[in-house]
Amino acid sequence: MADVDVRLVNVTKKFGDQTAVDGITLDVSDGEFFTLLGPSGCGKTTTLRMIGGFEQPTSGLIELKGEDVTFLPAHQRDVNTVFQSYALFPHLTIFENVAFGLRRSGIKGGEVTRRVGEALELVQLVGFEQRYPAQLSGGQAQRVALARALVNRPAVLLLDEPLGALDLKLRKQMGIELKRIQREVGITFIYVTHDQEEAMTMSDRIAVMNKGRYEQLAGPETLYERPATRFVAGFVGASNLLEGRIGSEGDQWTVTLPSGSTIRAPKSLGDIGATGAIGVRPEKLSLLEPGQESKGNALEGVVVDTSYLGVITQYVVEGAGGLRLLVSEQNVDRTTRNDTWRPGERVTLTWRPEHGFVVGDAVGA
Amino acid sequence: MSGRLGGLINAILSRALAVYASLALMYLLLPIVTIAIFSFNDPVGRSNYAWAGFTFDNWLTLFRDPTLVKAVGTSLRIALVSTLIATTIGTLMAMALVRYRFRFRKAIDLFVFLPLATPEIVLGASLLTLFVTLQIPLGEVTLILAHVMFNVSYVVVTMKARLSGFDMRLEEAAADLGATPWQTFWRVTFPLILPGIGASAILAFGLSLDDFVITRFNAGQVQTFPVYVYLKVQKGIPPQVNAFATLFFMATVTLVALGALLQRRRATLKQ
Repeated sequence: MADVDVRLVNVTKKFGDQTAVDGITLDVSDGEFFTLLGPSGCGKTTTLRMIGGFEQPTSGLIELKGEDVTFLPAHQRDVNTVFQSYALFPHLTIFENVAFGLRRSGIKGGEVTRRVGEALELVQLVGFEQRYPAQLSGGQAQRVALARALVNRPAVLLLDEPLGALDLKLRKQMGIELKRIQREVGITFIYVTHDQEEAMTMSDRIAVMNKGRYEQLAGPETLYERPATRFVAGFVGASNLLEGRIGSEGDQWTVTLPSGSTIRAPKSLGDIGATGAIGVRPEKLSLLEPGQESKGNALEGVVVDTSYLGVITQYVVEGAGGLRLLVSEQNVDRTTRNDTWRPGERVTLTWRPEHGFVVGDAVGA
Repeated sequence: MSGRLGGLINAILSRALAVYASLALMYLLLPIVTIAIFSFNDPVGRSNYAWAGFTFDNWLTLFRDPTLVKAVGTSLRIALVSTLIATTIGTLMAMALVRYRFRFRKAIDLFVFLPLATPEIVLGASLLTLFVTLQIPLGEVTLILAHVMFNVSYVVVTMKARLSGFDMRLEEAAADLGATPWQTFWRVTFPLILPGIGASAILAFGLSLDDFVITRFNAGQVQTFPVYVYLKVQKGIPPQVNAFATLFFMATVTLVALGALLQRRRATLKQ
């Protein structure tokens, strides 16, 4: 239904003999909140800078609204950027900062005043017009940067770790704010971050990047419930990965662990090879007294650590062969007992097969 | 007890620092103050070296000697023109050296530094050789060329230091907002590096006004202020020279103070 706003076809960027971005192909739809998520050095910022026109691809094609902009300079592209360091002009007032783009496109007088006013209203900074950037707090500077970009009504807004310099509380607040603003203005956002929580809260779709490529492109829920690779499983949320030999049994994968136990998980991917790992998220695991009836998959173990964290209690359980698993249990309606488990107690770890996922060595390796 | 002793030591130390700082300042300022004082001297005979009495005469007869007035005019003209040229070229060179990686960049970096490290007398003599070889008549043009040469180095060194702290994202942001490279330079880069350009220009102007060695070699028949003073040493330097020197000093101080004031007003405006 939605039109493609940004299209990357086989985009590669090399700096000398270093490959920063390695043949990325993706489409971003009109009005989408799209996130490039990955650790530092994964190529996410370089990808963003190529869309913005600050870097030119070594090879490949970049389209904006169906138009080839691969080698179009930044000032001729209908995109605007919110920089990580905000890059507000220190010698100009907030008003002139926000008006900068409007003036460049020849808009004059009352129209400038009106639109700057609207933009400052959108980011809740009315009354700051005559201040200078040095007089603002980090959160305010961040919002000015956002207003300065949005006031031009670009086809696409690029955001390069815009919340990176803020403290945790402000970051969460601004995250919610960003999402509200994006819904309000309906502009396509391409967002770069290394913070998976930030990515999960805001994005419609996320490309999880590693070493110049993305390993999975999906919505937050799919990334979490069905990560396609070990990297994604480890980067997005916490995972327990149990290595083993992969077999097939009907509509389920079986993974035989070195200890001999067999674990099941649903088939959600094609060919994944003969070896791999089964993954399960800590909150999907339950702890039972040994011998209690399990939920399908079961492993014996001993509690080695208990941490009470308020909402949840977190356990580290050691199974056969030194296997360590992270378990988190909500501190309400515990399934088997009211007390937390203490280190040294023997337990059965159990989870439903459909809560597991398999990452094969043949994919995403 | 030891607290009181410590307080005493601290008091003495901070007093000592004040004394030391005043001595250092005096060391710097004493020669200048002497020149200013002697501009009010009423010398006996031709030499203005011994205090003989207070008078405003030297200031009232500032323009009496046409040769002196002409020399001052020449000096100011050469300083102005060479500063303009050197500041422009030097700023652009510094931008290229700081921002771009290109062949011979390191070599150019070194060559720019050389005039600062080479003895002036060598520069002056070799420039003279060059001009004579090329049959360029000595005069104001050769002086301007010479002054531009050494001033460019000072400007490049000063501007490089200023530019290396420049946030390149600001230019990217301007381009991102639709500014052409030309607009980006005049609306973002230039206003932000203007204080640095101003500082370089004042430095270049002062150096040009003050230069004697290189000027002496390449001036031909032209007399600048320092050359005039030098030629008068034998016969006695007229006290009007002190008055002019004091004027130059006051003008520089005013310029620097104005610059500082302007920056401070900007800073308080932004705090």
